This record gives sequence, C-alpha cells and structure tokens, in this order.
Amino acid sequence: MRPSDFLDFAWQVVRGNRSRTLLILLAMGIGVAAVLMVTSLGEGARRYVLNQFSGLGANLVIVLPGRSETAGGIPGFLIGKTPRLLTTDDALALTRSHAVRRIAPLIVGAGDVHWNARSRETPILGTTAEFIVVRQMAMGQGQFLPEGDPHHSQPVCVIGAKVKRELFSGGTAVGEWLRIGDRRFRVIGVIAPQGQSLGFNTDEIVVVPLAAAQALFNTESLFRIMIEAKSRTLVPQAKADALEIIRLRHEGERDVTVITQDAVLSTFDRILGALTLAVAGIAAISLSVAGILIMNVMLISVTQRKREIGLLKALGATGRQVRLLFFTEAALLALAGGSAGLIVGKLGQLVVASIFPDIPFSIPWWALVAAPVTAVATAILFSVAPARKAAQLDPVLALSARK
Amino acid sequence: MIHLDNIERVFHVGDEEVHALRGVSLTIQAGEYVSIMGPSGSGKSSLLNIIGLLDRPNQGRYALDERDVTGLGDDELARVRREKIGFVFQFFHLVPRLTAAQNIALPMMLAGIDPAERQRRLAVLLAQYGLENRAGHRPDQLSGGQCQRVAIARAMSMQPAVILADEPTGNLDSTTGREVMALLEGLHAAGGTLIMVTHDRELGARAGRQLRMVDGQLVGDERNA
Ligand SMILES: Nc1ncnc2c1ncn2[C@@H]1O[C@H](COP(=O)(O)OP(=O)(O)OP(=O)(O)O)[C@@H](O)[C@H]1O
Ligand SMILES: [Mg+2]
Repeated sequence: MRPSDFLDFAWQVVRGNRSRTLLILLAMGIGVAAVLMVTSLGEGARRYVLNQFSGLGANLVIVLPGRSETAGGIPGFLIGKTPRLLTTDDALALTRSHAVRRIAPLIVGAGDVHWNARSRETPILGTTAEFIVVRQMAMGQGQFLPEGDPHHSQPVCVIGAKVKRELFSGGTAVGEWLRIGDRRFRVIGVIAPQGQSLGFNTDEIVVVPLAAAQALFNTESLFRIMIEAKSRTLVPQAKADALEIIRLRHEGERDVTVITQDAVLSTFDRILGALTLAVAGIAAISLSVAGILIMNVMLISVTQRKREIGLLKALGATGRQVRLLFFTEAALLALAGGSAGLIVGKLGQLVVASIFPDIPFSIPWWALVAAPVTAVATAILFSVAPARKAAQLDPVLALSARK
Repeated sequence: MIHLDNIERVFHVGDEEVHALRGVSLTIQAGEYVSIMGPSGSGKSSLLNIIGLLDRPNQGRYALDERDVTGLGDDELARVRREKIGFVFQFFHLVPRLTAAQNIALPMMLAGIDPAERQRRLAVLLAQYGLENRAGHRPDQLSGGQCQRVAIARAMSMQPAVILADEPTGNLDSTTGREVMALLEGLHAAGGTLIMVTHDRELGARAGRQLRMVDGQLVGDERNA
C-alpha cells in the first residue's frame, strides 16, 4: 500500500463517522486548547512581572530600611520593617563606593494637589534629579527636577501625564503653580506616559524635590535608596559596598536590606515558571483523557468493523497494513483535533489578551510544539492496543461476524 | 495446482472438539470448475477457507502451485492470497462507506499497484461487469445482483488463478443468481480455476467436477463426461 492510500482510506472512515469524529475532535481540541490557554496565562503573568521589574532600569540596586532574614529575597521588600531610619546623608554616603554610578533617594506619600479650583489626591514622590536617569524614564514636556544639594529644595515639581490631563485638561501645565498641603510648587515638567511599573503608575504621580517632600510629610526617613551600579558586573560589588557603608554609619548594625533586580527577577521567574509548568501538567492530563477516549473509540471501531477487517485480510492485507490503517486513522483524528485546539487556544489567548491588555499573554513556543505533538503521540500510543487487536483478528471469524 | 493431503481441521468449542474436516485429500488442476455440495455443517466453508489460505489446517499438508504453503507466516500467506486467490462471498462483503469503484480497487490498493494502472484496470472491470453507471454508488444504493457483480469484479482485479465462491447465489433471486453464475462460468471459460460451494443441485451439476461432503469428509468426487 502507498502512504496516500492509507490516508485516503483513513479519511473515508473519518468522514463516514461524523459524530464519532466530532467527539474525538472535541476532546483533543479541548485538551490542546486547555494546555495552550493555561500556559499562555502563566507565561503572561511571568512576562508581566518581568516587564514590571525591567522597567526599573538597568543595574539597579535598592536599599530599604529594615533587615530581612533572607537578604535579597522578597520578604523584607514586601514587609519593610523600619527599626532604624535611612537618612539623606546615608544616601549621599553611598556615592563613595567605586561601583556606584549614581543614587536616588526616595520618599513616598500621598497628598492633595490643588490647582485653581481643581484638586486631586495623588501619590507624591520626593527624590533628586538622578531619579529620572536611574529609573530610565523620559520627559514629555519641560524638564525633571534640577540638580543640587538634596538637603535644600526649590519650589518646583514634575507631574505625571494623567495628573496633567486631570488638573489642566488640555491646557499647558508647565509654568503653572500647584499647591500641595501648604506649599506651592511650580510645574517644570511633565513625565512622558509610560504606565504601570512596580506598583507605581508614573502617569499618576507628582514628583517634588527630596527636601520638600521631607518637609511636607514631616519626616527625615527615606522610603528607598535606588542605586545604579556602574555596570552589570559591578552590581554585587555595589550591593556589598552599600551594606558596608550603611553598617559603618549605623554603629556596626546591619539594619538595611539591599536587593538587586536580578535576585528579585530570578525569584519571580522561578516561582512563575514552576507554576506554569504545574498547571500545564494538569491541563496535559486532559490530553491523556482524550487519548483514552481515542483508545475506546478505536476499540469499539475494531469491534464494529470486524467484517471489514476480515474482508481486508481475505483480500490480502497483512497484519502490518491493518495496524497501519488504524494508526493512520488515529493520527488523522489527533492531528485534526490538535489543529482545532491550536486555533481555539490561539483565539482564546487573543480574547483574554484583549480583555487584559496590560498582561502580555503569549503561548510559549514549547507549549505550541508540545501540545499537538503530545496529542498525536497519545493518540498513536493509545491506538496501539486497538490496532494490534485488529491485526490479530482471525479473518474467518471476522468475516462470519454478524452485525 | 491445488494439492491437499490428509487435511484435519478441529475447532474447540468449550470442552468439545468439533471436527470440521477429517482427513481430506484432494487435488485440483488448473482450469478446473469444481462444485462442493453437502449438508449444512459438513465442512464446505471450512475447506474453502483452507484452500483460500484464510485458515490453517491442524494437520495435513497443502501445496499451492507446487509450493508448500502449510508453514508460511501470516504476511507471506497474505501475499499469496492477494496474488493468487479471489474470494466471492454469500453476503458480498462490500465496505459500506466505499463506492463500487473503491470496493473493486481494494485488492489493488493493498497490493500497492500504481494508481494509474489501478484506474486503467478499474475501467476495464467496470465495463466488463456492466457497472460503468454504478461506479460512484455505495453498496446500499445497489441491488443484490449489482453488489455481487462488484464483489466478483473485486475478486478479479488482481487476476487471480483461483476463484473461490462460497454460495455466491445464496442471497440472490434465481434470475440474478443465473446472471452471476454466467459471470463466474465466464471466468472459468477464460481459463480460471473456479471452486464453488453451493446448496443448489442444479447449479452444482453444471460444474465439470462435483465434490460431495458429509460430516467433514469427502464422500463423492464425480466428473461430468
Ligand atoms: N470458528 C468455528 N468455531 C467452532 N466451530 C466451527 C467454526 N467454524 C465452523 N465450525 C464448525 O465446523 C463445522 C463445519 O462448518 P462449516 O462452516 O465448514 O460448514 P458448511 O458446510 O459450510 O455449512 P453451511 O452449509 O451451513 O455453510 C460445523 O459443525 C461448524 O459448527
Ligand atoms: Mg458454509
């Protein structure tokens, strides 16, 4: 027999048993689509987190007050206990390290921002001129905070794109005076829209000089110190230096946590990667369910088609040919089901992606290959038993089988 | 060309042994027209199945075209069957989802014959058996006589040396039965070896050689003058 004959013959069978074929297509399709959807959700979440962090800027080291048990891990970063304060001088001292290119101390609070009769509550960020470079943000209009001694401040501020839209509607913002609390600030720039990044939407913030924020919130204590290392390879050095410098300034106590972007990233990466694999595994179970369904359907088919198999043997079909006929049939069904699943999975991913446009859903390439390959492999694997059964049928008995 | 020597076929049904064939010895020359008759259960079909290599004897030897086929493996048997033997069954045994043409072409497909050659032979067969207008019809759209014609065309598609027919007219009315007989006898006239099981005395008597079976044994072997 020629390969095209096997395909033709299997095609006739598949076409002749519509409802059976549809059933298998459905099972296979759902299996494959489930694997794709689930992995794309997992992968989307992973990429989302990665994007959030990579938006932070390159070679970033973050110092936060409070010691976490596993320095560099998530807990301290999330809980952030504050036994001893981080001060502006602590931050400035960090520039002594050769591994540090620049630093940006940070204070975060919330305040009511007034302009004429309009007012709006926004997060207020107090920092220095270096912040925009460290965070790799771009300005839409005007300029960022001016350079200078962070202990002193000018009455200027920079606002996010959304703040500008909401306070000034379409009008110009640069040059206008805002009031925050009992202080007045002149708007000198608008940050280019860039959206969410690590919990901050920079479109929604107002940035003021560090000393002004300290006065506004009546605190000396810094929320974070962001450090940009001179290069990627110097990140560990910068981290070690930061710990040491602060320890010396804090009477020998290690009471800060220093985290690097890499450490955070790889932790998230590991957790989410494992999660994706786990759910993909669960979804893969539905594939093997589809495989078992194919096996049952093929077994029934062998029983129903006893006479036909007997006939084929009487006409000179070898056991191998009969086996191959059943394999081809199973593979054809699985391929069709797998393709249907690919299409449905892809459509599903597009639908979910359009509902949550912020999360970069994407089907990882390994799932795209593994899902249909697994489908076809299970189908063939599970049709081994039915195909053998068919090949071993005694032609005399098979021919005399009554329907 | 067919040489059976002391063939035994025993079926086990539960604890019981059913002797379908008891020591059957028989030689059939190429080009003979043989009918096999006998009461129901006498072993006619069993004998035909063994001659057609669908079944193996428990004992005895079988030589086809001077070649001992008793010990051949399944695949080799399938090949010999495909090349030398054409079956015609009482219940036609057409594949219901395939068209008449596809049914006829089945043995050629199994033999891996070139599609162009298949088409050529198919056209000849369809014309020969008056099925040109029925080529695209499925078995359920054909009459019994047409179905049997398709089955005969299928049996002939590989131009076998031996045609085995098990009650080929058993499921047909007498008119279509006669038509089918005429076709089969035409094959014999063209030089084929025809072996036919029948319950019909009149049909059986037309054969050049008449075998009679009772209880798994050959009890009669007559030739028309
Ligand atoms: N697969 C089988 N298993 C058990 N017994 C069988 C089997 N095939 C045939 N037999 C028995 O062998 C004997 C011969 O059967 P066979 O079919 O050859 O008879 P037959 O002459 O063709 O009968 P009929 O005219 O009814 O077709 C019968 O007793 C039958 O019951
Ligand atoms: Mg019989």
